[in-house]
Amino acid sequence: MIAEGKVFKYGDNVDTDVIIPARYLNTQDHKELASHCMEDIDTSFAKNVKVGDIICGGNNFGCGSSREHAPIAIKASGVSVVIAKSFARIFYRNSINIGLAIVECDMVDKINIDDIVSVDFVKGELCNKTQNWVCKIPPFPQFIQNIIECNGYINSVKKQLGE
Amino acid sequence: MKAMTMTQKIIAKHCGMDYVEQGSLVMADLDMILANDITAPLAIDEFEKAGFDKVFDKEKIALVMDHFVPCKDIKSALQVQKTKNFATKIGIKHFYDIGKSGIEHAFLPEQGLVKAGDMIIGADSHTCTYGAIGAFASGVGSTDFAVAMRTGKSWFKVPKCIKFELYGKPKHGICGKDIILYIIGMIGVEGARYCSMEFVGNGIKYLDMADRFTIANMAVEAGAKNGIFEVDDVTKKYLDEHCSQKYEVFTADSDAEYAESYSINLADIDYQVAFPHLPENIKPKEEWGNLPISQVVIGSCTNGRYEDMLAAAEVMKGRKVADGVKCIIIPATMDTYLKCVQNGLAEIFINSGAIISTPTCGPCLGGHTGILAEGERCVSTTNRNFVGRMGHITSEIYLASPRVAAASSILGRLAVPEEI
Repeated sequence: MIAEGKVFKYGDNVDTDVIIPARYLNTQDHKELASHCMEDIDTSFAKNVKVGDIICGGNNFGCGSSREHAPIAIKASGVSVVIAKSFARIFYRNSINIGLAIVECDMVDKINIDDIVSVDFVKGELCNKTQNWVCKIPPFPQFIQNIIECNGYINSVKKQLGE
Repeated sequence: MKAMTMTQKIIAKHCGMDYVEQGSLVMADLDMILANDITAPLAIDEFEKAGFDKVFDKEKIALVMDHFVPCKDIKSALQVQKTKNFATKIGIKHFYDIGKSGIEHAFLPEQGLVKAGDMIIGADSHTCTYGAIGAFASGVGSTDFAVAMRTGKSWFKVPKCIKFELYGKPKHGICGKDIILYIIGMIGVEGARYCSMEFVGNGIKYLDMADRFTIANMAVEAGAKNGIFEVDDVTKKYLDEHCSQKYEVFTADSDAEYAESYSINLADIDYQVAFPHLPENIKPKEEWGNLPISQVVIGSCTNGRYEDMLAAAEVMKGRKVADGVKCIIIPATMDTYLKCVQNGLAEIFINSGAIISTPTCGPCLGGHTGILAEGERCVSTTNRNFVGRMGHITSEIYLASPRVAAASSILGRLAVPEEI
């Protein structure tokens, strides 16, 4: 699996309240959530994001509320992967569970807004095509890889239960 | 046997193992799982999409309608209706709507539905509150909750642990909120990321259960997976009063492995306020300045318990909320609400010019019942002061204890009770 797109860049502690403000949590509609994604931090994001684009953050991306609506809004926006120095734990879990690709990578500091970046999950490589450099990304533990391969936690559990 | 922390011991017990290594991934049995009117509907979608039609245990699932209630609009009414219909169809015992409940993390311990030694997950980040009674409790998302409804299990990475040795006696007026804000100010909003925070030491005997619930509640604001208190006589008394089930006490081994240890003298802690826009942005009183405020909120899963109401009422008794300030008081459960009425607190609040709402998370997450307009400043006993959390993106939230919030409502600026 390869993700490739243009970078939207944000700072440290991007919280789930700015990813999807609570005033929109009266719906479970993925497209509607996507239409308000990042609204309180970047009013142009929902308008400008294209399928495949990439969100880069700093430390503690996705901190705060446990709302799964946050990774859902990002995924439904067409974002192919979120790259950050570190993720808050509930957001990390939720992303894996719903099949939103995430990458922890210190090199994210060197990625600029509008760079074209690709991530090859099989080779475990991140490539900044604009700046022409490549770095390694750490593999997920096997248990988490199984969830990713099943395209989400529900599917992997269904498979195990044989339901 | 190898030494373990409280959290390791609870997880090991629920995996049927003698020992679990920090950092290892395990599958553990759950004693109670919960979700609310925002997170349950998403979980129900996933549950039904997966084709599941039964749950692991009809008595170990709690669905508490507390965020957008009383329903603020048609869409939120549909969410509650959907959850209620699901609970009825499946036969889930613990479905709670308004009038017979309250904010989940205040309500479940009050009803004795959670207890020491339990393994609990909830589709709400403040599920970590139950660490106050010696349980392992951690927030998750809707999909984790959906799977747990079916299987009664969840996966965990056994966390590293940070130990907080609390000693000394807090000064008069200093409460759990000041202590946890002090700690978050010290270690930062990711200071305990992926970790367990264990609160031990001879200072905890000075903390009542309300203080402990507040401290454990905000462990997530330091990035923690869970926060947990050592069980002592105060905990046992609370459990005996609220819970009829047998509980199990887990104590950390003296040589358990800790990633970090802090020793904190509770007597050193003064009133704390977290300035916008992060809970770690603590400023000492000398730096509070004289900024006029337009709203005060006293309530939430963090500070909506009876002790919090009492602390606010003591400060507000016989005084008036400053002109231009809206003061919203929200007891976290119907029991607390009733006690406020029976014991004269409601009268104190109303005479001061505050309003009292029935239990709801409403304003804390910018849902309803006190949304902030452009540029408005709010002193709030809630747990997050992120950009736009309570309303307009230019509004500002100052996190504080019930006493500081009450004093601020009277003086119309950030203030401590001693200033009145």
